[in-house]
Amino acid sequence: MSDSVGKIVLTGRKVVAGCIEGEALVTQETISGWGGVNPVQGTVIETRHELRGVSFKDKILVFPGAKGSSGWSAMFHHCRLYGTAPKAMLFTEMTTKVALGAVVMRIPTMTDFDRDPLTLIRNGDWVKVDADNGVVEITPRS
Amino acid sequence: MSLKLRDDEKAMLAGDYGPARQKAMALLVRYAEALGVERFVDTTNVAGVPGSITPFLHQYYGAYGSDYNTIFSLFDLDADEVVEVPRVSGHSCMLQGGIDPENFEVLGKTAEALALDQAGEQGAAARDIEVLRTCTPYLVGNVPGRGEHCAWMESSAVVYCNSVLAGRTNTEGRESTSAAMLTGKIPDFGFHRDEYRFGTHLIKVETPVETILDWGMLGYFTGQCVGEKIPVLTGSIGKPQVILHKHFGAAAASSGGVEMYHMVGLTPEAATEEMAFGPGRPKEVFVYDAAARQRIYDDLNANGRSRDVDFVMLGCPHAALEQIEEACRLLDGRRLSENTQLWIFTSRVVRAQAQAKGYAQRIIAAGGHIITDTCSAIGQAIPPGTKVAALDSAKQVHYLPAIMNIEAWFGSTADCINAALTGRWQGELV
Repeated sequence: MSDSVGKIVLTGRKVVAGCIEGEALVTQETISGWGGVNPVQGTVIETRHELRGVSFKDKILVFPGAKGSSGWSAMFHHCRLYGTAPKAMLFTEMTTKVALGAVVMRIPTMTDFDRDPLTLIRNGDWVKVDADNGVVEITPRS
Repeated sequence: MSLKLRDDEKAMLAGDYGPARQKAMALLVRYAEALGVERFVDTTNVAGVPGSITPFLHQYYGAYGSDYNTIFSLFDLDADEVVEVPRVSGHSCMLQGGIDPENFEVLGKTAEALALDQAGEQGAAARDIEVLRTCTPYLVGNVPGRGEHCAWMESSAVVYCNSVLAGRTNTEGRESTSAAMLTGKIPDFGFHRDEYRFGTHLIKVETPVETILDWGMLGYFTGQCVGEKIPVLTGSIGKPQVILHKHFGAAAASSGGVEMYHMVGLTPEAATEEMAFGPGRPKEVFVYDAAARQRIYDDLNANGRSRDVDFVMLGCPHAALEQIEEACRLLDGRRLSENTQLWIFTSRVVRAQAQAKGYAQRIIAAGGHIITDTCSAIGQAIPPGTKVAALDSAKQVHYLPAIMNIEAWFGSTADCINAALTGRWQGELV
């Protein structure tokens, strides 16, 4: 890890409690649950999605939020059962779909940030999500 | 801002109403805190897929016995222990999903999968949940009153509830609807609140929109324009019918995430444009004209290459009786092409009506099937060897090619029935 000088700190609101760190997977596009992901593999399958074929398993998923079918929560709930869920989620647009999905995945989740995580976090950055204290710490990849 | 519970909610959370309602309330509190809301509303109309048992869930929870209580407790309520699930508190129904028992072999499903699905259905029925098994509850008797707080799944039903009926619901999920069935509570977020229901974007319709095909294409255009925001439509929209709203809303909820729309003069919260926008002003204005109509038609046919059609699927959302009658009229007593299958999906209630009027028999005599409970996308079921489908639903053409890896054409019901009779796609925009 790089030293603390290069770190970026965001503050936001806890959606689901917990504290964990991992590698960021960032997309500027919303994600569909039912019809948009494969829960067995933990991958995005939506045609024309920029993450098509990419796995979010054990990643810190940084994205605008949820779209599509009401099956969003149940599909990501299945990801938890299959062991393919992300480690944590950071999103910018609150919906019932993403809120319920975060709850049943039981992963640290935050929103309502002081600055935009979609522009400040890049793929591969090391991110610590401390939802309990409302703090995200980003260590940019070198 | 923090969540404030009323006395009955505190009592449920404390376990005064039994362990299942305690688990349900605990899940709803987690959900409300995630949303960041201050309170719950009382809901009197809940539509979900409570306790549905799939082969995967049956196997996953095998160590716990995999019965209805197990799946409802551990999956639906996301609890860490199995509790006895009592009868539900209020008006609750089970939406589409599962397997039509009369056509499970046509759908390519096993007897084992059917038995699991039937066990789930019986578990729901034993708890006073209406077994509607359709994505169109509003076609078969579940018609919320104006202002009624609902908790519904199924995006095409949600948008119909908010827009056409002026009921109030967000797009809920399996877990929140199952918990709401036991508690009669749902977070006071989004569409439950007056200030959230006003229009945000204006769509000016400048080309005639009369048929199901046209309402579906306008819906697809609308969703592409506004995403998950709230459109207000003005202009040359023809006379409304239930089936036209059904296809418009389903399409708008698929290409975007539209959960509510206003059509000035046609929907109840939009007597005038001013009423539809309330205190706000349109953030953007879009025009639907002949060129936009052609572009949407081309978009919806982007997955079509071969004109040899081997599967025609109608009934997304589930067909109304007049749509089945229309299919019969178009078939006109002829047999389907040897190379083409025709499946029409509908609800059990509508199929019973179609049987009473002889339509179902005529579809079957032509070589087709009338199938209930599910659809090709939800059930991931198409005839073996299907390469090219023909569909009259913008929603289904949005999902099915990606889910089943096939080509698909989009057109009118007449284009689709013609393809079923000839085996060839000859649709074009007129």
